[in-house]
Amino acid sequence: MEFSTLIQVLDSGVRLGIPLLLACLAGLYSERSGVFDIGLEGKMLMGAFAAGAVASITGSAWLGLAAAIGGSLALAAIHGLASITFRGNQLISGVAINFLASGLTVLIGQNLFHLGGRTPPIKGAARFESITLPGADALRDVPVIGPVYYDLISGHTILVYIAFAIVPLTWFLLFRTRFGLRLRAVGENPESVDTAGVSVLRLRYTAVAMAGILCGIAGAYLATSAPSAGFGKEMTAGKGFIALAALIFANWRPWRALGATMLFGVLEAVAIRFQNIDVGLFVVPVQFMQALPYILTVVILAGFIGKATPPRAGGQAYVKER
Amino acid sequence: MMGRLPAWADVVLIPLMSIIAAFGISALVILYIGENPWEALKLMVDGALGSAYGWGYTLYYATNFMFTGLAVSIAFRASLFNIGGEGQAMLGGLGVAVVALALPWPHWTLALPAAMLGAIVFGAAWAAIPAWLQARRGSHIVITTMMFNFIGAALLNYVLVNILRPAGSMDPATARFPKGAHLPTLHDLPLIGSYFDKNTPANITLFVALAACVAVWYLLFRSRLGYAIRAFGKSESAAVYAGISPFRITMYVMLLSGGLSGMMAINNVMGEAERLVLNAVEGAGFIGIAVALMGRNHPFGVFLAALLFGFLYQGGAELGLWTTIPIELRTVVQALVILFTGALDNMMRMLVERIFALGHRRRAA
Repeated sequence: MEFSTLIQVLDSGVRLGIPLLLACLAGLYSERSGVFDIGLEGKMLMGAFAAGAVASITGSAWLGLAAAIGGSLALAAIHGLASITFRGNQLISGVAINFLASGLTVLIGQNLFHLGGRTPPIKGAARFESITLPGADALRDVPVIGPVYYDLISGHTILVYIAFAIVPLTWFLLFRTRFGLRLRAVGENPESVDTAGVSVLRLRYTAVAMAGILCGIAGAYLATSAPSAGFGKEMTAGKGFIALAALIFANWRPWRALGATMLFGVLEAVAIRFQNIDVGLFVVPVQFMQALPYILTVVILAGFIGKATPPRAGGQAYVKER
Repeated sequence: MMGRLPAWADVVLIPLMSIIAAFGISALVILYIGENPWEALKLMVDGALGSAYGWGYTLYYATNFMFTGLAVSIAFRASLFNIGGEGQAMLGGLGVAVVALALPWPHWTLALPAAMLGAIVFGAAWAAIPAWLQARRGSHIVITTMMFNFIGAALLNYVLVNILRPAGSMDPATARFPKGAHLPTLHDLPLIGSYFDKNTPANITLFVALAACVAVWYLLFRSRLGYAIRAFGKSESAAVYAGISPFRITMYVMLLSGGLSGMMAINNVMGEAERLVLNAVEGAGFIGIAVALMGRNHPFGVFLAALLFGFLYQGGAELGLWTTIPIELRTVVQALVILFTGALDNMMRMLVERIFALGHRRRAA
């Protein structure tokens, strides 16, 4: 494989991996606090729709981003209400949220724009355009470093850099602050947190809200980050579930989440670019590449390679003793 | 607080209130679109039940949902959430296609049992791996069955494109099934045939689905295995104490569940399309979740809920055809039903309990 091809595949892997990364971190907050979230897909879809719709109406990508966060947070609120306040089944609530987003985005979109569920195409200030990092043009022709810096590191939209910045932030918040300690504790042993006089419900709502915000950003990235130009029906296409897979693959840790989502992004990029891959002895079908993230996750879950240990109190509603 | 409600409130009142809430919000959505909810409902009733054509489709959809609803219910009874009905139904379709294309079937009475076996084996096999991983390796069944939906879709895609696609065809689908594998539609049947339209897909599988409802009821409530399944679902530790093996129950339940999901393919693949296409299941596996929740995981409840969703499906299609209401309204109603009957169940319960407590106080005073 040529060096330029490698750079192209990695670059496209980053682009494809960013929504996975944001959604994966969203799931990380929620599940670390003990609230399962299989509604990442729906929240991301709602975010993408809100971003596409508001950006095309107002012409501002930033207002679109705010709307995306708002839309995603609304679904997160339903999830919180169902799974924290009313102690319902968190998984069922997630399933409901996915379908709710899938139906409502088309219903509202068709009513607003009459484009069969799409939002009008956007450009200019209505979307996030690529940024050329300082010195990228100057370094462009330097061998090896040039393509890496110009094509791979530079030339993404602001949301990509924000997503990368959230990884160390999340690590710091979870593992170096009091809030993080409590958040992790509430997902492992909520009784102890309650005994210490800290509200379990409040911590879990905070975590679910953070998941809402991050899914909103992920959705905005899908719809309004160049070269994307608006929302399309079922735009997330299972990315929320791959993000969930990545979360398990990453064993609920932020840095590993970065690794897992970038790996899954590159896998997808390889599948798109090469279709069926001839490795000499046999041909790897493109369908196998598409299924690989899911297969890897099942293997990890089965504990044959490594071991996935979810937060211990995950999925259980907390009943305060009286 | 819990468990002080009379049985009828638990079985009838709470589900009814959940449905009313779901439909009430759907009515608001229709108002937002600028249509009249009452007119929309009348159109749905007329389109889904008002003609031989309408109920032919309603019953066809309901047949699908009975299978997937039973599949989810039986797993729920053992406290297992099988979210993989979609993938299991996909693989069931592959089983049906393999059987139907293997021989030049002389008559459907021979083809049907063989195809049923194919559907059950393939559907159950696709549930067996997540079941084994849950029972032996402790992998969360919800996540693994969900992953297996995607893996199943990729596998089916591969098989259709590379193996089962007839030479010269661009379409990722199998060849047409032989004539002898054609199932009679309800129109073809004696006595009742005249009530059904020739051009609707409802077929003899409906009776298989009804038989499956009865069989699942018998299994759950009249057999030793059913007792073990329900005991295991209520309390795993108590079940173990009573000598019930969690491994065996998990495997049995998931094989049954996968087999039931797979059976759906008799209806949609063999009964309707008469060949296997890529997106044959069309979300019916997920609708099974809503049907099971609404039917309270009871076969009779599943039967009623499947009819309701069949009505919703055909009625929603009619709305999409004749009004500005997009067909996706069905998805919204489905989501709301899952939300209210599944996730917000406790909210409804608390509400009903409060109303009952109020009544008691008044009587006491």
